[in-house]
Amino acid sequence: MSSTIANSLRTGPNERGRFGDYGGRFVAETLMPLILEVEKAYNAAKADPAFAADLRHHLTHYVGRPSPLWYARRLTEKLGGAKIYFKRDELNHTGSHKANNCMGQILLARRMGKQRIIAETGAGQHGVATATMCALFGLKCVVYMGATDVERQKPNVFRMKLLGAEIVPVTSGAGTLKDAMNEALRDWVANVEDTYYLIGTVAGPHPYPMMVRDFQSVIGEEAKTQLQEAEGRLPDVAVACIGGGSNAMGLFHPFLDDSSVRLIGVEAGGHGIETGEHAASLTGGRPGVLHGNRTYLLQDDDGQIIEAHSISAGLDYPGIGPEHSWLHDIGRVEYVSATDKEALAAFQLCTRTEGIIPALEPAHALAYVQKLAPTMDREKIILMNLCGRGDKDIFSVAEHLGVTL
Amino acid sequence: MSRIAARFAALKTAGRGALIPFLEAWDPDRDTSMEIFRGMPGAGADLIEIGMPFTDPMADGPIIQAAGKRGLAAGCKVRHVLTMVREFRQQDSDTPVVLMGYLNPILSYGAEKFCVDASAAGVDGLIVVDLPTEEADMLVPFARANGLDFIRLIAPTTDDARLPLVLNGSSGFVYYVSITGITGTRSASTEALTAAIPRIRKFTDLPIAIGFGIRTPAQAAEAAGLADAAVVASALIDNLAHRLDEAGKARPGAAEAVLDQVRELAAAVRA
Repeated sequence: MSSTIANSLRTGPNERGRFGDYGGRFVAETLMPLILEVEKAYNAAKADPAFAADLRHHLTHYVGRPSPLWYARRLTEKLGGAKIYFKRDELNHTGSHKANNCMGQILLARRMGKQRIIAETGAGQHGVATATMCALFGLKCVVYMGATDVERQKPNVFRMKLLGAEIVPVTSGAGTLKDAMNEALRDWVANVEDTYYLIGTVAGPHPYPMMVRDFQSVIGEEAKTQLQEAEGRLPDVAVACIGGGSNAMGLFHPFLDDSSVRLIGVEAGGHGIETGEHAASLTGGRPGVLHGNRTYLLQDDDGQIIEAHSISAGLDYPGIGPEHSWLHDIGRVEYVSATDKEALAAFQLCTRTEGIIPALEPAHALAYVQKLAPTMDREKIILMNLCGRGDKDIFSVAEHLGVTL
Repeated sequence: MSRIAARFAALKTAGRGALIPFLEAWDPDRDTSMEIFRGMPGAGADLIEIGMPFTDPMADGPIIQAAGKRGLAAGCKVRHVLTMVREFRQQDSDTPVVLMGYLNPILSYGAEKFCVDASAAGVDGLIVVDLPTEEADMLVPFARANGLDFIRLIAPTTDDARLPLVLNGSSGFVYYVSITGITGTRSASTEALTAAIPRIRKFTDLPIAIGFGIRTPAQAAEAAGLADAAVVASALIDNLAHRLDEAGKARPGAAEAVLDQVRELAAAVRA
């Protein structure tokens, strides 16, 4: 049952790109005119029915939307509580929800007449999706990827190369997603004329958090309709994993005003929050400014950014999208964490009970579902975003399980 | 009159532009960077810019990134940068000192507390790379209340429609980022600078400093002539970086080598 909220939680951000105190546009002056141009172009595209039609066409016939909603019967029976539904965004072309956003932004970049696309990537899912769309439209593609991630995500690196992208390994910092984003921003500053920066998550300067959320909201919108068809009602709980938070924002946003729906974001707990080696910005961080936005960050007492840790390269980021920071502060979304170990266990559980190899990222969401479902009545419904498939992860999972391939 | 305004007024009378050398705080250690800092006025620095180390300097190239990393590895905190200026002021009460950094360490320290303490330490101005005009209200009111000049960056991408917005609330001087790019990479052409500076002058009476890509004495002289000041950063850091041993410690004479380079730059600016 949904109740009406007088003031919708879905109207943000404001004209400064803020969700409460979070978000904004903290970039060097060189980039300010560019992000204002992106904002203007995006607002124009949003108001243009032809853009929406073009996007719908490509999502339907190229990405493969709508993605199915799957009742995970065997998992439900095994856990013995709430009914568990998977929103199967791992079935998208390129294997994750990243395709939704990339398709939207690539169509925008084309409208803007940009010929060169740059992107950052962690697990490589966003990089692969970007490289794919660039191949489709014949655009030059440069992907920045932390050197550590290049090593642990070899299959995706090769995929991107096959698709014609140039991969630039980033060795600064710990060589992970944060450093890749720094380097992508530096590239953009140096190539302002012809380059479009295709950010992969709901972070970065305004309008990216809003724009990426809008493109990802198709996840929650479809799931809402599909669940209505299957069960005639809203879910009781919606769960998604969070690195930067784009799949979660896409799932949650259409449900924000449905106050009966509990929304739960699962951050990467790494070796455990208490060890300090994790990627849980909301659970273990505090507000600050990085990569163009004010948001919760992992940082030391002097405001220096701390490297995140997660088994999942896609969650290995010391920040989080600003809208999540706001939803955390106002208490609309609950943010919890799952450790590397719990995610590995959930990865195996999902594979064996449902025949679906999940990416390590949504395995974190599943790890929490595994704890939550048994505590709920059987008529209750949990909706989880299975935002990526795990083919890319089998090598690193083998290593963690002590298996030599 | 602020120290910055007084210095530019004096230089105008003298009929030349200013040299603004840069050093990264605690690069590679406290004592070496303090030796460079203390020696700069004597070597011909008209103003001094000090970089505050940050883990994620998104506008900086590899040279200044490495300098920041060395400073952080040496243990440099925000409060240590302020201490450097306080100690410098015991010997020099005239040379303007400007801090350049990124927003997060300042926010972490406390925006107002930072401005109060920086002013008390003898800092004259602030350059905050990732704080564009649109977000400046997070810091500017505190800077102004404490007599700190807030120095805005202007880029080649800042068009005429945007210039008045960016310049509104600027004080001290205007920092022209002469290339679209990060620090220590390429240099602007004479033609580009010759076109850019008069364009900015139409909108402000503040002195204009040119930074990014000024490496040689000839380039410094040209920039200080076309505009009102030349900022030299990566070239000095690069020199210092080549005088470190395998462990990253400064070899004997490292600071003096950097100061020699400042002398050469200053001579060219004065010629």
